[in-house]
Amino acid sequence: MTASQTPLRLAAPSKGRLQEQTTAWFAERGVALSRVGEDREYAGQVDGVDGVELVYLSAGEIPGALDRGEIHLGVTGEDLIAERIPGWKTRLDRIAPMGFGRADLIVAVPDCWLDVETIADLDDAAGRFRAVHGHALRVATKYHVLAREFFTQRGVGDYLLVDSQGATEGAPKNRSAEAIVDITSSGATLRANHLRILSDGLILKSEANLWASHAADWSEKARVALTTLKAKLAD
Amino acid sequence: MSAPKRRETAPSGPSAPFRGHRDEGLVALNGVTSEIASVIAEAGYQPIDPALLQPADLLLDLYGEDIRARAFLISDPNTGEMCLRPDFTAPVCLAHLENGGGEARYGYLGRVFRRQLPGSGRPAEYLQTGVELIGAEDPAAADAEVFALIRNALKWSEAGETIVRTGDLGVAFALLDAAPMPTRWRAALKRHFWRPARFHQMLAEYSGEAGAIGADRAALLDRVAGLSPRDAGAAVMAELEARGVRTLGARGVQEVADRLLALAEDRAETRLPKDLVDAIENALAITGPSGEALAALRTLTAEAQLDISPALDRMEARLTALEAHEIDAAALPFDAAFGRLLEYYDGFVFEFVSATAPDQPVLGGGGRYDAMLTKLGGDGRGPNGGAVGGMIRPETVLEVQSRPEIGAGGAA
Repeated sequence: MTASQTPLRLAAPSKGRLQEQTTAWFAERGVALSRVGEDREYAGQVDGVDGVELVYLSAGEIPGALDRGEIHLGVTGEDLIAERIPGWKTRLDRIAPMGFGRADLIVAVPDCWLDVETIADLDDAAGRFRAVHGHALRVATKYHVLAREFFTQRGVGDYLLVDSQGATEGAPKNRSAEAIVDITSSGATLRANHLRILSDGLILKSEANLWASHAADWSEKARVALTTLKAKLAD
Repeated sequence: MSAPKRRETAPSGPSAPFRGHRDEGLVALNGVTSEIASVIAEAGYQPIDPALLQPADLLLDLYGEDIRARAFLISDPNTGEMCLRPDFTAPVCLAHLENGGGEARYGYLGRVFRRQLPGSGRPAEYLQTGVELIGAEDPAAADAEVFALIRNALKWSEAGETIVRTGDLGVAFALLDAAPMPTRWRAALKRHFWRPARFHQMLAEYSGEAGAIGADRAALLDRVAGLSPRDAGAAVMAELEARGVRTLGARGVQEVADRLLALAEDRAETRLPKDLVDAIENALAITGPSGEALAALRTLTAEAQLDISPALDRMEARLTALEAHEIDAAALPFDAAFGRLLEYYDGFVFEFVSATAPDQPVLGGGGRYDAMLTKLGGDGRGPNGGAVGGMIRPETVLEVQSRPEIGAGGAA
């Protein structure tokens, strides 16, 4: 296959609700995504647009694949894009917001901190916390880039990000951190863990988007396929 | 002296990775580096070579989250988390204190490591050569000595014409010390001095009308106001029980109560007069030749009845000490707000940027960091407490040498 014949590679999330919603979203627009062969196989096919190759990737791997140009298009949340790809606005295009996978990246603290309602409170409490405990106030998160950017912008001092790849809401109770930066959709898990979102603690409102990679090999075939796909999506 | 030829050096294009040095580029770099090293050695600074791998907790706690974000961390089950040294100052101070402290002059040369944003074009590892002067009896003379040494070394390394900036964070801190205000507010302003936007915001909060607070918060503050810390703790506990809120985590109920007490006191404090806030802001906005800036600071603070004469006397003593190094000290550009982005400096600060290649990283710079030495366990008080350091980036020197229209002119 010559370079100019490279098909348009589209990556969809490989499992869960995100996969179902992605399939439904494309179907509503006349594009049928389906798996080929065994259900466990991570390859798929696209009916409705010629020249498109479908791959299934974990939602967390899609940002990296877009950034490296291994795929032309991918479906994933803005939170993961913004966290994983510094300067993503110059590296990706947002083709379409998809209206599902909605989640807010927020700052939450134990509900028993009656004195902490805002980020300014958190900052002041962090300064005092260091004086009492001899170390910085720890914030558990897997969103290091976005959390740091937000705290820097708001002038928060004396905090320390600690990595938490799962069950982040439990960190304050386990005393592995004092506060958290995490994704929430309904807030139910936060409440169950006796945490409260700060009144100005919204970092990012995220949803799933269809993204296009600048770094991918945009062959003539891929560009034609994108034009056709965009026309379908706009209908 | 003719302009040096263009040399192959570290690539400087956007996101170009650092690939080390070789061939003529390496020879040229070694030339620049040994030029600087010999100036430092002749000035009587003892060579020191701290470990590349430093204990992460200690160092990064000291530098704050911003440098932490840029540090390369390495996990080692035997030693705990380590980091590649992000600079030399703290590692040299640690080595100094382990050796018993006292007065010492150290000269170092080696690589430092900081992660850079993609597209910044800045290398993640680069050479630094510099000095730390610790525990000198006369701080003004020590400041002048280090400044003159860095300036001199830049001159000998043919860095070309430079733009120099100086500042004095000691003056800024003295202003806050002299301004009448509640101790808590002063501490909060000092804590945020390195975050200018937040600093301005807080100053405005303390001087304007007390910010509107919600009914819930107001009721809470009314409830604890005037109580002893112990009673306030009990009141908070009762409030939590009434609300059915469970306590959890390392930050205890008493800490919550203590802060509520402080907030209640804040609310009752007299706001800062506008004249005072203006005087602080205006003083921090002063820029110009050092001699004129000093005079302006004396006038402004006298009018505002803020006595910071010890800090201004130290500035004057430093200018006099700089004259002894044949520097036109009164003409040195001074910016009262300069240094506010370099957390851990707390006195004299300076930097040199190439006049022909101002887009390049600083050629060199440094400053006084008495408080950091204290934090590390040194005695920050008394005549032998303080420390001042300065460094040069030889790769930047080499890079600017290759720019056109560089004369044999001296630094600054």
